[in-house]
Amino acid sequence: MKILYFAWLRERVGTGEEDVTLPDGISTLAGLIAWLRTRSPGHEAAFAAGKLVRAAVNQDFATPDAHVANGDEVAFFPPVTGG
Amino acid sequence: MACIRVQTRDIDVGAELAAVSAGRTDIGGVASFVGLVRGTAAGRPILSMTLEHYPGMTERAMTGIADAATRRFQLQACTLIHRVGELHPGETIVLVLAAAPHRQAALDGCAFLIDWLKTSAPFWKKEAFLDGTSAWVDARETDDLAASKWSSIEIA
Repeated sequence: MKILYFAWLRERVGTGEEDVTLPDGISTLAGLIAWLRTRSPGHEAAFAAGKLVRAAVNQDFATPDAHVANGDEVAFFPPVTGG
Repeated sequence: MACIRVQTRDIDVGAELAAVSAGRTDIGGVASFVGLVRGTAAGRPILSMTLEHYPGMTERAMTGIADAATRRFQLQACTLIHRVGELHPGETIVLVLAAAPHRQAALDGCAFLIDWLKTSAPFWKKEAFLDGTSAWVDARETDDLAASKWSSIEIA
């Protein structure tokens, strides 16, 4: 699956995009986040911001209980500040 | 019909305004909101502001907001143009236009569009200060409140 990071999440993780294969047994956004956090200190620093992290699955805003699967595009970002 | 664009180049407000009603005689009024980059943030002078977006999702979200506004206010046309990249104080950052047969729908539609654009389209701002530091702009609760006053609206 394709994982995208924006704004300060991108800076903390150290990349804007990575391809990962979802481990068996993970099927929700919350599960994906728990697993991504273990990938590097940068990932941990990004996701440690907890409730300031927003997500989208296949370009729709998503909540932690959202279903995820290999083939999805999942993005993580802070609350939006456009306009 | 909606004109939706994300661009790095400057926005020609006059040209966009003219384009909304070009060749039409059914439009009674066009309301506009032009967002500009302020020279200070919390009292500190800024050098520049850099905007990032999520290509694909941003345009989809803007289209959903435009569709919702068109349905709710019976708009005859609307324009949403947002800039990305490095901008400097005084530059135009966003343009919202809403056209309707009468003023109230145009004015309300325009306010709805900018309120929702600020809270539900994926853009992020980073400010670079004159002293050499930089910081991502925090989302403001007041923006969420402004959008929530249009409650019970489904953004597709």
